[in-house]
Order: sequence, then structure tokens, then C-alpha cells
Amino acid sequence: MEDLKKILINGNEVEVESSLTILQACEQHGIEIPRFCYHERLSIAGNCRMCLVEVVGGPPKPAASCALQVKDLRPGRNGEMPEVKTNSKMVRQAREGVMEFLLINHPLDCPICDQGGECDLQDQAMAYGLDFSRYQESKRSVEDINLGPLVKTSMTRCISCTRCVRFMTEVAGVSELGQTGRGEDSEIISYLGASLSSELQGNLIDLCPVGALTSKPYAFTARPWELDKTETIDVMDSLGSNIRIDSKGSRIMRITPINNDEINEEWISDKTRFIWDGLSRQRLDSPYIRVKGKLIKCSWNDAFCTIKEALKGKKIGAICGELQPIESIFALRNLVGSLGGKTECRIDGALFWNKNRCDYVGNGSFADIDKCRTITIIGCDPNFQSPVLNSRVRRAWLRGAEINYFGDKCELSFETICNESSLEKLNKFLIKKDKVINDGDHLIILGRENISGESGKILLEKVKNFCINKNSKFIIIHSGANSVGAIDVGFTSDVGCQKLLESSDVIFNLGFDEMELPKKDKLLIYQGSHGDVGAANADVILPGAAYTEESGIFVNSEGRPQMSNRVIFPPGDAKENWAIIRALSSELGIDLNFNNLVDLRNEIYKEYGFLSETNNLQENQIKSDLDISKFQLKGEIKAVVTKSYFFTNPIARASETMAELDKLKSTKQKKNVISV
Amino acid sequence: MLRRIHPIQPNGFKFSATNMKWAKEKIKKYPPGRKASAVIPILWKVQEQEGWVSRPAIDCVAKILEMDPIRVLEVASFYFMFHLSPMGDVAHIQVCGTTSCMLSGSEDLIKVCKEEISQEPHSRSSDGKFSWEEVECLGACANAPIVQIGKDYFEDLSEKKFRGLVKLLKRGKIPVPGSQVGRFSCEPGNGQKSLQGKNKEKNNASVQLALRGKDTVFKKNKLKFNSV
Repeated sequence: MEDLKKILINGNEVEVESSLTILQACEQHGIEIPRFCYHERLSIAGNCRMCLVEVVGGPPKPAASCALQVKDLRPGRNGEMPEVKTNSKMVRQAREGVMEFLLINHPLDCPICDQGGECDLQDQAMAYGLDFSRYQESKRSVEDINLGPLVKTSMTRCISCTRCVRFMTEVAGVSELGQTGRGEDSEIISYLGASLSSELQGNLIDLCPVGALTSKPYAFTARPWELDKTETIDVMDSLGSNIRIDSKGSRIMRITPINNDEINEEWISDKTRFIWDGLSRQRLDSPYIRVKGKLIKCSWNDAFCTIKEALKGKKIGAICGELQPIESIFALRNLVGSLGGKTECRIDGALFWNKNRCDYVGNGSFADIDKCRTITIIGCDPNFQSPVLNSRVRRAWLRGAEINYFGDKCELSFETICNESSLEKLNKFLIKKDKVINDGDHLIILGRENISGESGKILLEKVKNFCINKNSKFIIIHSGANSVGAIDVGFTSDVGCQKLLESSDVIFNLGFDEMELPKKDKLLIYQGSHGDVGAANADVILPGAAYTEESGIFVNSEGRPQMSNRVIFPPGDAKENWAIIRALSSELGIDLNFNNLVDLRNEIYKEYGFLSETNNLQENQIKSDLDISKFQLKGEIKAVVTKSYFFTNPIARASETMAELDKLKSTKQKKNVISV
Repeated sequence: MLRRIHPIQPNGFKFSATNMKWAKEKIKKYPPGRKASAVIPILWKVQEQEGWVSRPAIDCVAKILEMDPIRVLEVASFYFMFHLSPMGDVAHIQVCGTTSCMLSGSEDLIKVCKEEISQEPHSRSSDGKFSWEEVECLGACANAPIVQIGKDYFEDLSEKKFRGLVKLLKRGKIPVPGSQVGRFSCEPGNGQKSLQGKNKEKNNASVQLALRGKDTVFKKNKLKFNSV
């Protein structure tokens, strides 16, 4: 299938695919070509001219390698191989010339620029530029634009590469930025000066090769070389984006994405990127017990004693939230199990059997979105669940895939063939599609909210049967970072959450904050990182680490286990979550079989071997043992968006940046209503 | 020249029925899904109708062509011939300032503009009826210096002739386009030396078109043409 072509690059014979550009071909063979406007995940603009190379036998001028394909190279007069030079005198002079022009209007404010130290222009000026300037005239200056609370602008530094314009239009799917005017007067603006509305806008900060677009919350707080960089996993949504957290001492300074083609590519959502101020606010830094209706600070020992007293002859039940790593969930499951209690992570009442993993994970992967020709989204607002995943669906649409949407009305950044909200219509659609689609060409994206309850079970079975018949894939999008992991390690019971809460006298709440628990005559123990809903009506509070403060395993929506790392230490008296449960167990006289994290992980791996293969996607076989012909899909598909996108977890609710974004979004929506 | 959306904008924009029909014909030229290709001719029609490209007009064009408004603004702001601020209601005078015209006295014409209309180009006269700008070569060098008003060329001007022309416009009358010294087109100043006796008509084709009132910006006024 590949059409290979032999060419000479700097005198070395190489074989490359003819559809590649020269820049890509050089990259494949380890030759670096400087660039500003070219970006692998955006369309080719060819306007910075930094990637000029010499094409032997071509026109007697340098050619932009980012926009020239290998197949367009002509052989020599006597049939010689086409030749490209990236280190000739012509190329060197061309680069020096381009760099000199770029620097003509670029201000010399590197010492006060946040991009300093990680700036493409700085690096490339050092590597390919001249060491002097001939420019004596006055420089141009450009008015700054206001893009909202996240992206800070210094437009005088802009070199007009238009990466930001292309990102907003192509990936984010909202054409809010544009380049107007021409020549010296061209400027990047947002239409009518509006602030950006995309939930992916933070990526502009990484994309901008200079310091024109920088991070507002991070502004002037640190230099890149003084930061400790830790690679870890994000927990803001169930995608499990790979991130790098930069810290200085005991403070987290910023969060940036790491490239992972199978999960987040190189984007992260704004919630992932700007959440860090929430990690230092509203924190629980000491154990508390409720005395005469009031929470008072106490020692760990007092807290444990209170629990020990309360447990005497009482029934315990445990629930867990979505931000907890596998380690603490597993430890709590074993502890509560030894005490004769039950555990439940499916607070929403979802009815998955944890025997068959396919029932709550599906059999597809996020990368399948790029391959299939038809995508059907059922009961899931992709932009709300994960803006990064949404951009993948959008890309599928851009390449020509057919997208069908079934669910509550929401704003989509792609066009749909079918857009309905009733299950009856979905039923008809599945029957119709059963006849036409080729094998393996279909992907169903199912929202977890809609497969809870009895009716949800039928929907799930219908989807599974469809996938079995058509040999196609489906994925289930969960709401939490470790929703899948909690089911994986069996933090579930047969009775369901409602009954479990009613029948227990003591409820151990491991970081669940999304609704208030019924309290009547019960003792509530809350273990978590933030003083939020869960802590507010608890009787005993055990302060735990947040996701940046302990290493843990998280399983994302497609069922991929990933290991997060500790960036900083928990504040005050707060401890790592698994360690708290271990300490409590010895207070209660129960042996949990582990004394440290390594032992604990070995215990987990003994029972769930696949969790030890981090980053590996286990294949799940679909099984359906329910005869679905008897059941009919009826009614409307449940709304997925029940709260603000920016307030979906306790860390986000503690963040000032998220609050500001939420305010901005709601005022924008109100404005829209008026103008219509 | 820094070009931005004007701070003062009309409330709305609507194509006239004929222009809308014209625009739809224009869009038909392009394959389905490629409506955006018609953006320049349609913006041009907007300017012919309104005299300038306003924000509501940009929004309207974006809607017609299924584009994002910012994309239309990018085009409108790129080309200097699209005016992003209101121009003279009666006439926007474009004075050619390139070599031939400049050598033949276009600087004098600009002086007249400054005195009669406004000191600054691209700004309206105090009564809002006129505006002017200096443009690049209009391609009628043999008849330099020339000015373009709407679709019509006024050729072989001098400071005195041009002042008369502006004053005529100010009185609400419409000058006859074409050569202002009686030339038919671009023959030598002292008479035709070849192809003699071939011209039966008094005016050349483009002037005739204007006089018939079929294709001139003054058609709204339906006024009689007057010699300077």
C-alpha cells in the first residue's frame, strides 16, 4: 500500500513514503528542520518560512519543506535520485534571513516573558539565527486582545504563525480567532473582541511558539528551569489524560499535557490544566470529629478511637468517590469485607455485573474513533464528559465519518446525520443500521448515565447485541477518573447503593462528594482531600491526599490502567489514602496483609493481574446472555449534563479559576438568549 | 493601514431583492460545499449597495455563505478596496497616485480633495456626502491624471477641472465620465493620427454605458448628467 520513494537527504540515500512532506521525511531520519507554523496535528500553513530547504535541480530558490511532498520531487536530468539538502550554504543563509526578519518586529523582552526558557523563537534564534541585528528602525507594536481568564496575550510578540487560529478552527471547532489585515498591520483577533469559549483553549498556550499567548493563572510565578517536573495522570475526567505537573517546593505551579496518541494526543482540557489552585484551597489538613454537633480538630488517634467505638456491634458499609486510586479502594474493600460490611462504588445505581468486564468498559478504545466510518453517540455529551475526546470525534467527522447522536440536546462541534432524543428512534436506527453497515465499521459511544437502572440494562444489551452481530466496537464513557477501576477491584455489592446506605449503621465515605448522604442515626466517616459536601455532614473526617500527592493506579473509560505519581506531599496531617486505611485496620485489629505500597500493589496484582500491565489495554470479549427480543426500548434518553462542567468534583469546586470560567460561561449563555 | 471593524455600526443589513438574486447566481458557480468561494464578489456587492462593509453585513454574508463571520472579516480586512468604515453618501473619490498620474499632477488633485472634502483620506466630509482616498494605478495611464468615482473614470483632469467636478457633485449634479478635455479615449492629445474616421459615436463605450444609466453608481439618484 505504501508508495516508497528513494531520495537523497544531505547525500544519504533514504527510502520514504511519497505522501510525506520533506519535513516529515527528514524528521523520520533524524534530521531536525526548524519550524514555527508547522504543527503535526494542524493543517499546513507554510507562512513562517523557517523550514526552507534546498531542492537540488528544483527552482533555484529554497523551498518550504513543510508544504512540499516527497512525490513532487523530480529526478535529475539523467534519472538521478531527487536530492534535498538541509545543511547547505543556501539553507543556512535562508534560515538566517528568515530569522532576521522574524526578529525585526519581535520585542527584546525575553527577561520579562513567561515563555523565556521554553521558547521556540529563543531556541531557534540561538541555533539558526545571526548573532547580530542590522535593524535600526522603529519596531511595530500591536494592541493586546482580551481572550478571557486563561490565555494572556502580548500580541507584539506574535510572529503570525496562525497556529492558534488553526487550532481553534480545526481542533476546538469554534472559529473565534482569525488573522485580519495584511502585512505589517495584520493581527490575530477574536471576532468582536469576544473571549474564548472553548474548553480546550488552554492548549493555545502550548501551541504558541513565542510568548504571545501565555497562561494567565501561571503568569510571572516561575521560570521553567526552576520547576520540578513529574509525569502523572489526570483525574478530572475519565479519559486519563497524560500530564506533567510542574512544582516548585511544595507548590504546584502548572499542569501541561504529555503526548499520548492513544488517549489525549497532546491536548488537555482547561479543567485539567487550570485545576491546580483548587488543590491548595479548602483542604482537609487534620482529622476532625463531631462533638455536640460541631466539628473539632483532633489527633489521628482520637479519630481512630471514635471509629473503633462506633463500630462495636454495628454494621458498616462503604462507598467511594471517583477521584480515588485503586490502592485505597482495594484496601477499603478488604477492610470493610473483614468487618462483614458491604461496599459500593455505583452510587448512580448503574447495574453492571462485575463478572464480565465488557459490560462496563466496552470492547473498543478511544483510538477506534479514528478508524471507523460511522460513530453513534448514545446518551453522552462528549464535550461535557471530555473535551479532548470530543475533539477526536470531531476529527473523525472532518475526515468524513458519519456521526449520529442520541440524547439530550447539547451543543456539538460537528454535524450529525441523525439527532434524536428518544429510545424508540434509537431502536429503529439500530435495526436500520444492522442491515447496511459493513462489519467493523461502526463505533458506539455510550454514556454511563444511560445504562444505569433496569431500562439501561436493556439499552446496554441492545448495543452489545448490535456489536456482536456487526463485529463492531463500543465504548462506555464514565464520569469519573477511576469509575472503572472501582468496579474492576470489586468495590460492589449485590444489594445496590440505596439499600446499602439504608442498612448500614456506620458509613465509610471514601471521597464521595457529589451528593449529600442520608444521615439519620448513622455515623458518617469521610475520608478525602477537600472540605466539600462529603465532609460537611460527616462525624469523623480523615484527611487524605489529593491525586497529586500520592502514587496510584487509575483505570480510564476504555479500561486502561495507568499509574500516577506523587508530585508533592499532602498538606498538614493529611496522609496517603491507602496508609490511612492501613492504620485504621491495625487500630481495629485486622490484618490487611500489607505494610507498604509495594506489598499492597502485589496484593492487588495477585487478584487482578491485568492491573499490573499499566498503559496496556486488555481486550474484552462481548458476551450477551439476555434474550433482548422480548424487550423494547422506550422513553427518552436521560440528560447527562446535570451540573456545571467546571464543578464536577471537589477539587474543581474549590478552584477560583473554575468558578470564574463558570461565571463567564453562564453570562455568555444568558447573552445569547437575549440576542435570539 | 490598520483595518478594524468600525466602532459605529448600523442596526442591520439586508440585500435588496435584485442583489440577493445576483448573489445566489454567483454562489451557483461553485460546487456544493464550496460556497465560501463566492465571498469576494458578494462582499463587493455589499459595498456597491451600502458604500461600505459593515458588521451586520459581514454577519449576513457569513450566513449566506455558511462561513464563520471571522473568516469573512479576514477577507474584508485584507483587501483595501473593501471599506470597513462609512464612505461619502454621494461619492467616494479614488484618486490615482501612481507614477503616470503623479507626474501629470495627481498631487494637485489630492490637494483639491483635502480642501473640498476632508483633510484625511477615508474620512467623510462634514456633511457626510463625500470622502476620498489615494489608490494604486487605475490602469488608465494614457489619460492621466484620473480619478475613479464608483464605476466611472474621470480622465485628463487638471486641478481646475477636478475642482469644478467636485463642486458639481456638491450641487447634486452628475458629471459626464470619460475624458474631461474632449478626447474620445486614449488617442494623442492633438487628434487621432491613425484609424481616422472610424469613430462615429461621440463617446466611447464605457461612457455610453454610464450615460445610459445602466451601470453607474449614480443610478440611485437618476439625475441628468452635466458637463463640468
